[in-house]
Amino acid sequence: MSDTAVASPTELRDGASGFAQDWSADKQAFHAPWGKAMMWIFLLSDTFIFSCFLTSYMKVRMTTTEPWPNPSEVFALTVAGNHIPLLLIAIMTFILISSSGTMAMAVNFGYRKNRKVVVWLMVATALFGASFVGMQAFEWTKLIVEEGVRPWGNPMGAPQFGSFFFMITGFHGLHVSGGVIYLSFIAFKVWRGDYDRSGNYEAVEIAGLYWHFVDLVWVFIFAFFYLW
Amino acid sequence: MSGSDGQQHPIKLYLWIWLLLFVLSTLSYMVDYMQFQGIVRWSLILLFMALKAGFIVAIFMHMTWERMSLALAILMPPLVLLVLIGLMSIEANYTFGTRLTFFAT
Repeated sequence: MSDTAVASPTELRDGASGFAQDWSADKQAFHAPWGKAMMWIFLLSDTFIFSCFLTSYMKVRMTTTEPWPNPSEVFALTVAGNHIPLLLIAIMTFILISSSGTMAMAVNFGYRKNRKVVVWLMVATALFGASFVGMQAFEWTKLIVEEGVRPWGNPMGAPQFGSFFFMITGFHGLHVSGGVIYLSFIAFKVWRGDYDRSGNYEAVEIAGLYWHFVDLVWVFIFAFFYLW
Repeated sequence: MSGSDGQQHPIKLYLWIWLLLFVLSTLSYMVDYMQFQGIVRWSLILLFMALKAGFIVAIFMHMTWERMSLALAILMPPLVLLVLIGLMSIEANYTFGTRLTFFAT
């Protein structure tokens, strides 16, 4: 408008500068810390990814003319001569729920500014997560080596069983592994006192959101893949 | 309840939800262990799944205490997945039918 160096805030600029102006304008929808809002949006997109996997699994399972292998039998373990269905999966479920509990407590103690307890609870959560991944590795090994399950076929029935099992649990396992690294990193920063200095333990809550989501996805996988 | 920064809630609440999640997991495992079949099995599995998911999102992920704009922005979009699931199950029934017709020996 005028020759002054500073453009008036109401003046609409063109091109890249205008693009930045439009998107950074003072319009706030979410009265939440940006990190939390962005984590929620990421989790929303992840929800769609896992839903696509589970929906295509549903479709394939409904259309196959061969019998679907019975998960209750496939994932059974024999302990001391007793044949217990789904035992390993049940243990993995309990481990993940325990880790969710310790994570929720870590977030809570974070807002009480109790640095030491937060570190210990987060380390416990990461260890639970790591043991979950370890059990999954054991489960995969057993399935591949002993049961002869491959992504393209298996001796028990519908060949698609293997591809969906490896894809869905593998993708979830990657999320857990990533979560263990993420949690360890945040726990390290807590231990170093970063959040005491900034006076804000928000990062712990955001990491917690991710971790609870991983548990949440397992709830659905457990119901649809293992129990159905 | 607009406390977006600083979610502080009594520890007792977390412990109760934690215990509840354990109980619900045990119950859904029992569905398999007791070898329930048919409609009883499916409805129990879905019930326990929905309860567990609901408690995790509402309490552990603090959705109960978030502002409505955030809650709706996150919780509403997944509802369109129901359309996808519906369409895919119709499609699956059709595919299964044609396979029975053409592949059956």
